[in-house]
Amino acid sequence: MSSFVHTVGTQTYRFDSLKDVMAKASPARSGDFLAGVAAGNDAERVAAQMALADIPLSHFLSEALIPYEDDEVTRLIIDTHDKQAFAAVSHLTVGGLRDWLLSEQADEDSLRALAPGLTPEMAAAVSKIMRVQDLVLVAQKIRVVTRFRGTLGLRGRLSTRLQPNHPTDEPAGIAASILDGLLYGNGDAMIGINPATDSIASICALLEMLDAIIQRYDIPTQACVLTHVTTSIEAVNRGVPLDLVFQSIAGTEAANASFGINLNLLQEGYDAGLSLNRGTLGQNLMYFETGQGSALSANAHHGVDQQTCETRAYAVARHFKPFLVNTVVGFIGPEYLYNGKQIIRAGLEDHFCGKLLGVPMGCDICYTNHAEADQDDMDTLLTLLGVAGINFIMGIPGSDDIMLNYQTTSFHDALYARQTLGLKPAPEFEAWLARMGIFTQADGRVRFGDNLPPAFRQALAQLG
Amino acid sequence: MDKQPTQHDNSDNPWLDLRRLTPARIALGRTGTSLPTRAQLDFQCAHAQARDAVHLAFDHAGLREQLSERGRDSILLHSAASDRHSYLQRPDLGRRLHEESARQLREHAQANPGGVDLAIIVADGLSALAVHRHTLPFLNRLQEHIDAEGWSTAPVVLVEQGRVAVADEVGELLGAKMTVILIGERPGLSSPDSLGLYFTYSPRVGLTDAYRNCISNVRLEGLSYGMAAHRLLYLMREACRRQLSGVNLKDEAQVQTLESDADTPKNGNFLLGND
Repeated sequence: MSSFVHTVGTQTYRFDSLKDVMAKASPARSGDFLAGVAAGNDAERVAAQMALADIPLSHFLSEALIPYEDDEVTRLIIDTHDKQAFAAVSHLTVGGLRDWLLSEQADEDSLRALAPGLTPEMAAAVSKIMRVQDLVLVAQKIRVVTRFRGTLGLRGRLSTRLQPNHPTDEPAGIAASILDGLLYGNGDAMIGINPATDSIASICALLEMLDAIIQRYDIPTQACVLTHVTTSIEAVNRGVPLDLVFQSIAGTEAANASFGINLNLLQEGYDAGLSLNRGTLGQNLMYFETGQGSALSANAHHGVDQQTCETRAYAVARHFKPFLVNTVVGFIGPEYLYNGKQIIRAGLEDHFCGKLLGVPMGCDICYTNHAEADQDDMDTLLTLLGVAGINFIMGIPGSDDIMLNYQTTSFHDALYARQTLGLKPAPEFEAWLARMGIFTQADGRVRFGDNLPPAFRQALAQLG
Repeated sequence: MDKQPTQHDNSDNPWLDLRRLTPARIALGRTGTSLPTRAQLDFQCAHAQARDAVHLAFDHAGLREQLSERGRDSILLHSAASDRHSYLQRPDLGRRLHEESARQLREHAQANPGGVDLAIIVADGLSALAVHRHTLPFLNRLQEHIDAEGWSTAPVVLVEQGRVAVADEVGELLGAKMTVILIGERPGLSSPDSLGLYFTYSPRVGLTDAYRNCISNVRLEGLSYGMAAHRLLYLMREACRRQLSGVNLKDEAQVQTLESDADTPKNGNFLLGND
């Protein structure tokens, strides 16, 4: 293990490993303090950033933060590293990579070609010496396009996951939220339910219901019930119509074990989804959720800072060619991300690092009531991620998730981003919205239809 | 609060009827593409109540006075988290007693040797509001059961800036066979005053959540005091019989209620009704 020394004026700082310099270089956040890996003060943090900037990228291939022998995620990262793709930047330091990413040489094509040549640790390292505007600017250059029944991630597009959760999974209550969302033009990334009950019977019933709604109204979207991958595999075995296979993942083998998964099990889930061949435009079908702090909360972080652990989860994700990856940034609570400032920065880091590694990133722009954050912070992060070219965000009724008890972006928030940034839904869904007479979008302006779509008017009439 | 629609209120929309199907904030209407003023301020109000609940100071003096009026002794302790700021960022500190508090409790135990069957702990947790509202009425219900069982109890231990696991240290120092901690849960947007109960058999420092049983959502709109006391009593009796708590102590009382409450979802709904 190498040690790194950096001198500022008369003060000399010593960092005893790459892991140590990365942790101390991380912009301040509560989770790293909780783990005891953060810099002791601001000056030490900047000294660590200066030391980190001078480290050659090639060094990351010889010093694993978590030993190869101990962790299958490290093995995945090393074994799948593309040396040819890496050649473009192999002569650079971390600081040199930042300069290169911001330069004209880094464009959509060269960044796509570079992605398999970067390890998550390299991406995390460079993000630690980037400001918010750097994270936005570089991410904005990158597009990661995926396909199932719709095309996600195209430039000038922003998709939403319609999240119609209900405290008791009542079908009519879920349907009410789905219709509300569709009538506000949400749901092109997916209609995805967090179930309140995790029994296989109720999961299958929800999957059947979503499939029936998508078919009945011919909606170019995909369905997901966010249950453990083993439950999804069981649903596939039972012949239940299942579009996207969900799983929460983290950046270390031990943290994944705490979720009851490993890489083999994810492969089984991926294969089960592929066996159904339900995508009409493509077969990206894994849906992963992540979030800074998950490894630490499982005491499975190996002394690695939480942002680097998070970025390692994207290496797990990209191995399975996912449809979408969602960093649920503010859900975990203030002991990991204390306030709006920390949540905003973390959301932008995750989006940048994911995109840089070739992962189709979305963000659950969210907070809990014990975090020092509010709607203004979420508006700020939403606007920044919209500018940065995020693939998708959540859409729920009035920002209030009545099942998970947290606040995330609303149907209206997505409309705000469309209006202000001129972002359209996925092209297939845009055409469906126009066909149904819900809304059209020209020059950024959203123009709603004058009347309810006849098919939905008929459904509402059934209520009596 | 004035519920009359104002001229800014644009909530009259064709799917307003759907609101009776879900407590979700649907059919809010729109002004342009944005939230109408009423919906916007309703949300802010709910969030403000939840935030205030998180930061409301624990009125331990008031609670101790009420306990004393009912003839109950109490002890006031403090966790190792010095204030709310530290409490929110350092869960590890909220799980341990402050040194001075630990000493105080040790002295109490020395003066009252022999241990007790049950130690009741009350901690502010993430909502002092929940503790203020529900502690006394719940304890009144629970006391009937405790008396009937003939269990010995320690004075009620109040812990300021406490988390669930602080009960392990309290229980260990008191030599308690069982602990139950009443603690304010993380406030939701529509539930700022939800009380949680965590039960542990043979408490000691270092136990994980796997050794605890939780009864959640005790509040007027949620689980009633009587039902919560009933479930807790069931757990305590079973724990005494089997000498354990946590994941290995299945809460049959709870399982039964849940199964009858929530049937497997039916497929029928208005979006899929017959034409």
